[in-house]
Amino acid sequence: MKHTLSVLVENCPGALSRITGLFSGRGFNIESLCVAPTLDPTLSHLTLVTRGDEFIIEQIIKQLNRLVDVYKVIDVSEGEFVEREMALIKVRAEDETRAEVLRMCDIFRCKVVDVSPKTYTVEVTGPESKLKAVIELLKPLGIKEISRTGTIAIVREKKTI
Amino acid sequence: MAKLPGKKIIVEALKREGVDVIFGFPGGAVIDIYDTLEQDGSIKHVLVRHEQGATHAADGYARATGKVGVCLVTSGPGATNTVTGIATAYMDSVPMVVFTGQVPTALIGNDAFQEVDIVGITRPCTKHNYLVKDVKDLARVIKEAFYIAKSGRPGPVLIDIPKDVQNAKAEFDYPDTIKLRSYNPVVAPHNKQIERAYRLIEKSRRPVIYTGGGVVISDAHNELRALAEYINAPVTMTLMGLGAFPGTHEQSLGMLGMHGSYCSNMAMANTDLIIAIGARFDDRVTGKIEAFAPMAKIIHIDVDPTSIQKNVRVDVPIVGDCREALKKLVKVVKGSGLSPEFWQEKYALWWEQIHAWEKRHPFAYKKDNSVIKPQYVIEKLYEMTRDKNPVITTEVGQNQMWTAQFYKFDTPRTLITSGGLGTMGYGFPAAIGVQMAFPDRLVVDVAGDGSIQMNIQEMATAMEQRLPVKIVILNNQFLGMVRQWQELFYDRRYAATSFQLTPDFVKIAEAYGAKGLRATKVEEVESVLKEGLESDVLTVMEFAIAKEEGVFPMVPAGKATTEMLLV
Ligand SMILES: Cc1ncc(C[n+]2csc(CCOP(=O)(O)OP(=O)(O)O)c2C)c(N)n1
Repeated sequence: MKHTLSVLVENCPGALSRITGLFSGRGFNIESLCVAPTLDPTLSHLTLVTRGDEFIIEQIIKQLNRLVDVYKVIDVSEGEFVEREMALIKVRAEDETRAEVLRMCDIFRCKVVDVSPKTYTVEVTGPESKLKAVIELLKPLGIKEISRTGTIAIVREKKTI
Repeated sequence: MAKLPGKKIIVEALKREGVDVIFGFPGGAVIDIYDTLEQDGSIKHVLVRHEQGATHAADGYARATGKVGVCLVTSGPGATNTVTGIATAYMDSVPMVVFTGQVPTALIGNDAFQEVDIVGITRPCTKHNYLVKDVKDLARVIKEAFYIAKSGRPGPVLIDIPKDVQNAKAEFDYPDTIKLRSYNPVVAPHNKQIERAYRLIEKSRRPVIYTGGGVVISDAHNELRALAEYINAPVTMTLMGLGAFPGTHEQSLGMLGMHGSYCSNMAMANTDLIIAIGARFDDRVTGKIEAFAPMAKIIHIDVDPTSIQKNVRVDVPIVGDCREALKKLVKVVKGSGLSPEFWQEKYALWWEQIHAWEKRHPFAYKKDNSVIKPQYVIEKLYEMTRDKNPVITTEVGQNQMWTAQFYKFDTPRTLITSGGLGTMGYGFPAAIGVQMAFPDRLVVDVAGDGSIQMNIQEMATAMEQRLPVKIVILNNQFLGMVRQWQELFYDRRYAATSFQLTPDFVKIAEAYGAKGLRATKVEEVESVLKEGLESDVLTVMEFAIAKEEGVFPMVPAGKATTEMLLV
């Protein structure tokens, strides 16, 4: 099962490599990893996507918590949550395909963020499935380059009071 | 407040931590710290002959006393030489702080002379580590390091200090207490879980208490004994747990696992309730995991949550200090209103079964008067030292297992051995550390002829410090434990395990100014032991033992623990 973990960690040198070292050293896998500052400059926020049965996920969470630098670990995917990924896709856009790319952007609510005579660079945001769909559809038109973030996620607030 | 250079901050901080001895080896990157230590003069320094020796000595000191062991070494090769010792301490949860010198901050990353990324190298084998780049952080980091090393599940912490930081100045403000928001080990166990544990105990008909090093580390031996005696449950111990419950106690089943007693392994296979305390269901204990304790419910007490539910499914997990948990459990047990007589009666049948197993296959060996049997040497050693409150360290291999089987440890911290990593060359430097802590106690390292050669250079250290450590070498001219596997599972093809050359250990001892004794006949064993144990200098006692003796019982790796090969 895929799990998305949200990890708050002390913003100090070596903290990230302790975490990645833990995964490689214990044979857990990391599917994606995203690191960013938080409102508190002394903490970093890490979103980590991994796979495993409940046993393995329990171990991963405990092992993460055991690291001296790790402040908090939440399995976001345990309940309702929102997750997003972003990609910048440089796609060939010449003559006949130029309009086609724009049409696609419109349907998927992507943004064109850079234009050159022969390419468009498209920004797409959404869950992983949406990015996959856009990439599949743009492929035949000629993708020159892709740059993607990992997943970021946040727990949904309760809808009831 | 007066400003102090980093080197002075280090020495002052060590004094505040109550450090009375440091094990180390100098070099360019720590020469300033050494100079400061020497001028200060209040902390004893033990100069070893190899940095690995320093780490094992600090480790032995820590295991014997429960205090934090401290090492000081230089950058580069000095630092890399500590890695085995650090990993050894990490696997066995030993509190230790290792100071390494580092090249000046401006040179870090430049492949400077004797530069190595020791923080990167030791990240997976330390509980935590630091590179101190600003002298202002130094005092706080040292405080944190000692706190982390000894709290929760203890472990080694490394502090890497560049040479310029040792000389830069900062105000010295050493905090009395410390709070780390990201590090809060749970020590107080949950009352609800204790209650649940008790209900399982009440229901069980065939319980086994299975204890490990955690009981020793948390000084929970009295509470363990109180529980075991009250509920009349059998106790089996891991290698690391020996001494946590008296080996001569009638409820002790001895060690379990790969070379454990027949009775322990049979009890584990047939129990309906395992009460695991400070043990971690390591593969040497469980054997083939699918076949392990098939009928058992499991209560697991451990201070480290990652140890629980890692290898086996647990019914009642209890996270917390073993001693705290046992105290509470004993209280609940006694408060339940069931009398000791009730428990005697309740497990009478179970004990009958256990005694039958005990009788069927006790630890045994084939006696022989024409050749010295290693088990006989250990038996004699036990007889002649049991009243002397000794500390026994071991190397790794058959010597270690025979010691675990034939020496009865009645008190904690009297067997000091590398369990988790199984580091050959551990026992002798560890004995040096123990003897530094207890100058008047009898300290004996039981060694194989292979292991002793891995840190034999420390004889110079022991002589220099006038430490009367005793070394018992069980010389089979083989890397015996590996040979045993080859005999059993590789058609006796002894690849690279038979020594074509063994040095004259008596002469080696003498070359260092130590005493050397040798026994080659059964009749000589006792007199050599007698003379050696009474000696007041470092003494080597070499026993030419039966070359192809094996350690039994043995559970072949990957087999169920009931599939024991017996004598
Ligand atoms: C540093 C290290 N290298 C290799 C091993 C693998 N090993 C385990 S036991 C053993 C043999 C030990 O031989 P010896 O010290 O003579 O003891 P014996 O088993 O003969 O008592 C070896 C090589 C180890 N445990 N540690």
